[in-house]
Amino acid sequence: MSEASEAKVRLAAVNPNPASARDLLRIVIVGHVDHGKSTLVGRMFHDTGSLPDGKYESIKAMCERRGVPFEWAFLMDALQAERDQGITIDTSQIWFKTDARDYTIIDAPGHKEFLKNMITGAAQSDAALLIIDAAEGVREQSRRHGYLLHLLGIRQVAVAVNKMDLINYEKDQFDLIEQEYRDYLTSIGVTPTFVIPVSARQGDNIVNQTNAMPWYKGPTVVKALDSFVPTASPVDRPLRFPVQDVYKFDHRRIIAGRIEEGSLKVGDTLLFSPSNKSARVQSIEYWSTVPGKKPPTEASAGESIGITLDEQIFVERGELASHVEHPPIETDVFRARIFWLGHEPMVKGKSYRIKLGTLEAPVTVQSIESIIDTSDLSNTSSHQVERNQVAEIVLRARRMLALDEFISAPKSGRFVLIDKYDIAGGGIISMEGYADQRDLITARSTNITRVEHGIDAAARAFRNGHKGGVLWFTGLSGAGKSTLAVALEKKLFEKGYNVYVLDGDNVRHGLNANLSFSPEDRAENIRRVGEVAALFGRAGMIAITSFISPYRSDRDRAREAGGGNFHEIHVKADVATCEARDPKGLYKKARAGEIKDFTGISAPYEEPDNPELVIDTAAVQLDECVERLVNYVETKFKV
Amino acid sequence: MDRLDQLESQSIFIFREAFNRIENIAMLWSLGKDSNVMIWLARKAFFGHVPFPVMHVDTGKKFPEMYDFRDRYAAEWGLNFIREECPPLEMTDETLPPAARSAARKTEGLKLAIKKHGFNALFAGIRRDEEATRAKERVFSPRGQTGQWDFKDQPPEFWDQFKTDFPPGTHIRIHPLLHWTEVDIWLYTLREQIPTIPLYFAKDGKRYRSLGDKDITFPVASTASTIEEIIEELRTTKISERSGRAMDHESEDAFERLRADGYL
Repeated sequence: MSEASEAKVRLAAVNPNPASARDLLRIVIVGHVDHGKSTLVGRMFHDTGSLPDGKYESIKAMCERRGVPFEWAFLMDALQAERDQGITIDTSQIWFKTDARDYTIIDAPGHKEFLKNMITGAAQSDAALLIIDAAEGVREQSRRHGYLLHLLGIRQVAVAVNKMDLINYEKDQFDLIEQEYRDYLTSIGVTPTFVIPVSARQGDNIVNQTNAMPWYKGPTVVKALDSFVPTASPVDRPLRFPVQDVYKFDHRRIIAGRIEEGSLKVGDTLLFSPSNKSARVQSIEYWSTVPGKKPPTEASAGESIGITLDEQIFVERGELASHVEHPPIETDVFRARIFWLGHEPMVKGKSYRIKLGTLEAPVTVQSIESIIDTSDLSNTSSHQVERNQVAEIVLRARRMLALDEFISAPKSGRFVLIDKYDIAGGGIISMEGYADQRDLITARSTNITRVEHGIDAAARAFRNGHKGGVLWFTGLSGAGKSTLAVALEKKLFEKGYNVYVLDGDNVRHGLNANLSFSPEDRAENIRRVGEVAALFGRAGMIAITSFISPYRSDRDRAREAGGGNFHEIHVKADVATCEARDPKGLYKKARAGEIKDFTGISAPYEEPDNPELVIDTAAVQLDECVERLVNYVETKFKV
Repeated sequence: MDRLDQLESQSIFIFREAFNRIENIAMLWSLGKDSNVMIWLARKAFFGHVPFPVMHVDTGKKFPEMYDFRDRYAAEWGLNFIREECPPLEMTDETLPPAARSAARKTEGLKLAIKKHGFNALFAGIRRDEEATRAKERVFSPRGQTGQWDFKDQPPEFWDQFKTDFPPGTHIRIHPLLHWTEVDIWLYTLREQIPTIPLYFAKDGKRYRSLGDKDITFPVASTASTIEEIIEELRTTKISERSGRAMDHESEDAFERLRADGYL
């Protein structure tokens, strides 16, 4: 800690005004079971003189009644079952103060079975103290807890290597443990502020620097805690104001909620996502009994407020308000790293309810990318996530959700999943490989009116001898889309059909020359092709599109644009087959790392859920495939 | 935002979540300092309105000052006020120690009132720092069909996402003040000028720190006769808040048993 901030803390401590609230920091104590969390808390309380009168005696009596040696754990293990079994079941809180500030100490169970309680405790903290038994070293829960702290967004971590008395206060052994655990934390992106050798039982380096370990020059546990800072409200970030409720107790229509990030003021234009309506803040409502007190004209992160708008737009719980310039992402599919707490495993393909801020919506587990072993960070694949496991998954919603990536806006980038009645897991959002779909669904033109055509679809079909429509080929690179499309086009043309192929590389030469290969531009590429194909279809022709189009959202949008006569055709071949064909040498380049985000190798291909037709080019010869497609067209495009 | 602003904002958030997610909800008013703060926070959350009934489950054994306070402010604050009575002592678990048994009357009264009005949920003004089993509570705390608390398997609660989905028949306790401490309550009462029952202020060297039934609640030695002095006293005292509440201390697990059975 810098000298300046230390001085500030001291100043706060001697604040002479008794009626002002002191600074508060919430610290969670975590670690493997039996590594001495409760003893450390007990020691801290005892040595700072924070125990209520008679508490020490009452703990002593509880221990004598059970015929066990004095046990500090009984300070926080309030439940009879916990004391009788000598195990912490649920998280608890206790208060103490140093010269610097007040503390809430959150004790979290170290037993794997009670991970949901550990998370309940840890998620409320500003900083963490992680305990490792010097004699046992780094264990399974030491790593898992470290990993979860990071996942929960807790960035201030100190490590206490406890029971140093059991290893004769030896520096060498401490150094080994410190090195091992620092390496682990570094590998998951956590930098521990301090690693402190302590003995909670003997009272070394908890509150007092004793003579036991003269080789240690760092702070005691309490000094280390004093150097942590309370989590600051993110007031300087883009506004995120989730609508919690809309009240109409009187003539006012008040939109209530808590500002999670950023700030707003009267007169600001707010954009509500995902409905994408906007209106200006007319007032910030406030109840006070103080006569003459004026309502505020601005509010910022952390405040629970209510506002009225200048226009009566329909807004409901679940909408996320922002300023127009910095809106949240809109998408119906995203990646998440989750921890699972459900009694039943999370299963691929199953639907759950997501709670994201104040929004609730059904989501489906589209894929389980990998299960992460928090001990060695290795990945394995599985079709389900068991209780207490951490996993990378892809979730899909039935409608657009407004959200952020956890890394840029933690409060709107995290969620819980509900299975039946229970919170069964939590997760943080990443959009890696997926596009923000906001631009794809935002209509920027106003004052436009459709012109009615004088010729209807039936008349065009009668003239052409067949209906117009879209044959949308989707599949991996090398699956045979282009080969099939061109062969089919030729066959249909010979039979008198008006038919035209839209191919990926071709449209990127003209219509889409200004688009890159970023997720957003790829999505825009497909959106334009979908619209163009739809125009062909409405003009009475058959458009055959040949694009990988790996994302379900993009294809669904093309289907919507296409109107009634849209046919999704999955040109199917597994990655191995496609890679063996590799007509353009792209797989080779992707494997060599020369192409980033290559579908099937380093980017996802989302198989169609319910395609109109599947053509398996790995199992069926080309001629046969074309034959099937021709038959399909002849039945579906008949007048 | 200072610490009181943060506490207030969090409580308002909890009130609004519960009011939105749960039908048929009421607030418990014990007339004490905590539940007065709780009513105040509800008025802040809902812009001057308390949009649900406020219920006093009356043991009939409160101090006269408490009844005076109740009658005055139920009217002045425009509350939708309900008073329910507790059943006789004979209806309670006879294996409990005497004071705990007296407190168990309130649990029974509560259960009857919940049934009578069909409330799915109750706001209760308990705090974690009051007592060790309360320190383990959730903000949204489900109870079984008969009101019991399954403290061995509580739902996870993090990122301000509370358990708001329940099978029919579940009853929920909601604790908007769970994260407040005794000093916070007084600091806020002072800042907001919330009316207070005079029994909290020292008279003849004694004051009540916590108010309950008059036969099982005792004053503590104190000279604090203003809120400022109470705050000063609490910052140095090593006496626990509920030391004057007889039912907490009769046996090691007396209070745990009361709470498991549905006491607040």
